Amino acid sequence: MTLLGHLITGLSLGSIYAIIALGYTMVYGIAKMLNFAHGDVIMVGAYICFFAVTSFSLPPVVGVLLAMVVCTILGVIIEGLAYKPLRQAPSLAVLITAIGVSYFLQNTAQILWGADYKSFPNFLTLGGQTGISLFDGRLNITYAAIVTILACVVIMLALTFFTSRTKMGKAMRAVSEDKGAAQLMGINVNSTISMTFAIGSALAAVAGVLMCSAYPTLSPTTGSLPGIRAFTAAVFGGIGSIPGALLGGILLGLVETLTKAYITTSLYDAVVFALLIVVLLVKPSGLLGRYVPEKV
Amino acid sequence: MSTQPRREPTRLVPVPNPNKIPERDVDKSPILECRHLGIDFGGLTAVKDFNMAIGRTEIAGLIGPNGAGKTTVFNLLTKVYQPTRGTILLDGMDTNSMNTVQVNKAGIARTFQNIRLFDNLTVEDNVKLGLHNHISYGMWSGIFRLPSYWREEKVAHDRAMELLSIFDMGYLAKFKAGSLPYGAQRKLEIVRALATNPSLLLLDEPAAGMNPSETAELMDNIVKIRDMFGIAILLIEHDMNLVMGICEGIAVLNFGQIIAKGTPDEIKNDPAVIEAYLGKKKEG
Amino acid sequence: MSLKQSGRRLSKQSLNGFINYGIVIVAYLVVQLMISQGLMSNSLQSLLVPVCCYVVMAVSLNLVVGVSGELSLGHAGFMSLGAFSGIIVSVTLQSVIDLAPLRLFISMVVGALVGGIGGVIVGVPVLRLRGDYLAIVTLAFGEIIKNVIMVLYVGVDENGLHFATSEAGLNLTEAGTAIVKGPMGAVGVVKVSTFTAGILLVLFTLLIVQNMVHSRSGRAILALRDNRIAAESVGISVTKYKLMAFVTSAALAGAAGALFGLNYSSTLASRFDFNTSILILVFVVLGGLGNIRGSIIAAALLYILPEMLRNFDVSKYRMLIYAIILILVMLATNNPTIRNFFLQLRQQAQERKGGQAQ
Repeated sequence: MTLLGHLITGLSLGSIYAIIALGYTMVYGIAKMLNFAHGDVIMVGAYICFFAVTSFSLPPVVGVLLAMVVCTILGVIIEGLAYKPLRQAPSLAVLITAIGVSYFLQNTAQILWGADYKSFPNFLTLGGQTGISLFDGRLNITYAAIVTILACVVIMLALTFFTSRTKMGKAMRAVSEDKGAAQLMGINVNSTISMTFAIGSALAAVAGVLMCSAYPTLSPTTGSLPGIRAFTAAVFGGIGSIPGALLGGILLGLVETLTKAYITTSLYDAVVFALLIVVLLVKPSGLLGRYVPEKV
Repeated sequence: MSTQPRREPTRLVPVPNPNKIPERDVDKSPILECRHLGIDFGGLTAVKDFNMAIGRTEIAGLIGPNGAGKTTVFNLLTKVYQPTRGTILLDGMDTNSMNTVQVNKAGIARTFQNIRLFDNLTVEDNVKLGLHNHISYGMWSGIFRLPSYWREEKVAHDRAMELLSIFDMGYLAKFKAGSLPYGAQRKLEIVRALATNPSLLLLDEPAAGMNPSETAELMDNIVKIRDMFGIAILLIEHDMNLVMGICEGIAVLNFGQIIAKGTPDEIKNDPAVIEAYLGKKKEG
Repeated sequence: MSLKQSGRRLSKQSLNGFINYGIVIVAYLVVQLMISQGLMSNSLQSLLVPVCCYVVMAVSLNLVVGVSGELSLGHAGFMSLGAFSGIIVSVTLQSVIDLAPLRLFISMVVGALVGGIGGVIVGVPVLRLRGDYLAIVTLAFGEIIKNVIMVLYVGVDENGLHFATSEAGLNLTEAGTAIVKGPMGAVGVVKVSTFTAGILLVLFTLLIVQNMVHSRSGRAILALRDNRIAAESVGISVTKYKLMAFVTSAALAGAAGALFGLNYSSTLASRFDFNTSILILVFVVLGGLGNIRGSIIAAALLYILPEMLRNFDVSKYRMLIYAIILILVMLATNNPTIRNFFLQLRQQAQERKGGQAQ
């Protein structure tokens, strides 16, 4: 029973990583850049929801929607102001700019909202209960975990539908294959990239709220570590691949939870990263990534 | 390299095979021999049953329509791709277990269809990189500027300038390779390849993008290189004047297979070639 | 003619290098003068050794990122290795060697060795990967190193060094001392680092990196960055030269780490985390990839700048200002209009020079 409990915890943590990893992987697939500020968009989303619910007493659903709207706008603004002018620049320059944006968001949050930890309210409750208890209390599943896993499934299905069936989604795939050719086919590359940032940032808001419901401490640096782990998950699954992000995120969540439960509580980061290294050495493009050989 | 005596008359790198044989190496073993060479990419067979022998001082041509697999053959010879089938014998030695670096050390040097120079380095440094394995001082000599550093860098500099003078490019030595005009970049690639002291030089479309007078000059230079260094040259080229003008043996590739082999005159009159290739071209 | 040209080129290279040595030495003399005249506050003086460490970190990382062209996000990991091994060596030798500078020197040598060994262990598997994958794996290694040191306990007594994963596990005798205490880091370290030692390390780093770049090995490393396939085609081994750059860089980072660790009475492993690696990378990119002088200046200025801002009213906004400067500099340096402007300036300067020569 404890194993089952850990598996569910791991699955829900993995779902959060997967949702964040989707943001990384989509942006990477299309703009070919590592958006280091993605983790901090998560933090902004969590703060917006936090204040909407606690200070303005709005219903949680409105809080989440508000967070998504704000993060979408934020994502598009960041892309337009900081990344768009660097479209032709070397990738390192874009990376450093993304790091600058990350610092900027963290420090703005610190000035606006303070550096202290805020206790995020758990509003994923039903009739005052935070979860359901099965088998005479031997297995406890929080509603937060259930909602998180469900949200991840819904998002995956929606994204798969979006990229394979809609015009905008197909345009995204075309841009990720070949920017120049897509442009010649009449696809507006700039608006496609903006769209990708919008979707990624909206997902980040969802991930932020879900994460803070499960791990209820919120501070300006809340997003950075999960951001790095989710980025690892994206690479793990094969960066640029949407199913890869899901697979990588879930695996990472499971490995982290099980390592904490059964092997070591202090070295779990080392175990996760060591696993990543092994996977990349065996399959250099990640689990589901495509290897593109250099043409001679 | 520094210990070897310099040859005075030509003042160039020691020639690997000093025998100049006008009659196409009749009594010598070939420098390169491919037997049943082939490669598949996924399910696609890019090169099939490729057989070819090149004499030690021969200038050979590899022609064929676009996408016939000519550059793939070069990539197989230099081990950019590992062959799926067949053997490559370089001077009788099987190159099966070698990688690109080892093949170069064993004596094959090449140029690239889409020029691959070290754009941010100077012309001289590009040539010195060709001489890399002929300079022997190590990392620490370089860091602490031991006498071997000064001695060998001097030799390398002189060699580089001599090699550049083949194409009268000495005056460009200090320019960045990426800033050179197209034709000069092609020539520099040849010089860099020659600097590695090969016994077989592979030229991938050396005349591409050159005007007729530049091409004529290039033809003279290719023959000059062969005579000076006594090496074999295999070239891919679409310019039929060049191929027919200087190649002693020609192989025609179509859909990954050799459809004809022979002297320029034989190739010109081969019906299969005319149908597959020359028939579509004005030169035919 | 060719000989004359060669002489001129060599002198231009060495001139560039000598200017860098000169800048460092002049900076050293100015600082010494300011200290003797009482013009330098204590808080600024306390930054002198760390600045030297970060200059070495930036120059050594530039060897990997700028010269070799591989993005590394775990450079602080090697600094960490050097810092903790240096601390262990220094504390162990405390009773044996009285002379502090000698102890510092030995610690730095050991730090460099351990950093270099770490570089080999990380580099051999990692350098098979390319681009962003290489970046994420170096990041992962940096985090692993940090994680492992955070659970490591090291102590010394008359029986020698003890390693364990808990303080009790060390089994020290009465006279023994615990040097590294897991999450609490290294404690009770006798500070032996000096500004002079820092400057000497900077000069040594410059000697290694500058001379290496302008030698046979450095040429091969540059060639691999420019065009890997062409480099292989002229017989240059990818693994050998990528590894050479990586390990040299890691060893220098190890030496800098030892100097850094021995500058404080206690050191935490979390000090050398991902953010530190990123900070060093920012120095390198802002200073200019492959530009050694840029790395020196960027590291010194950008390390001191936020600390200086601490003393003003804006201290609350200092990291925000830093972030904005970072973004603006990246946008400006990559703006085509501004780039062309500087390119034109340079061309004009060259033409003027040419005119004078005639």
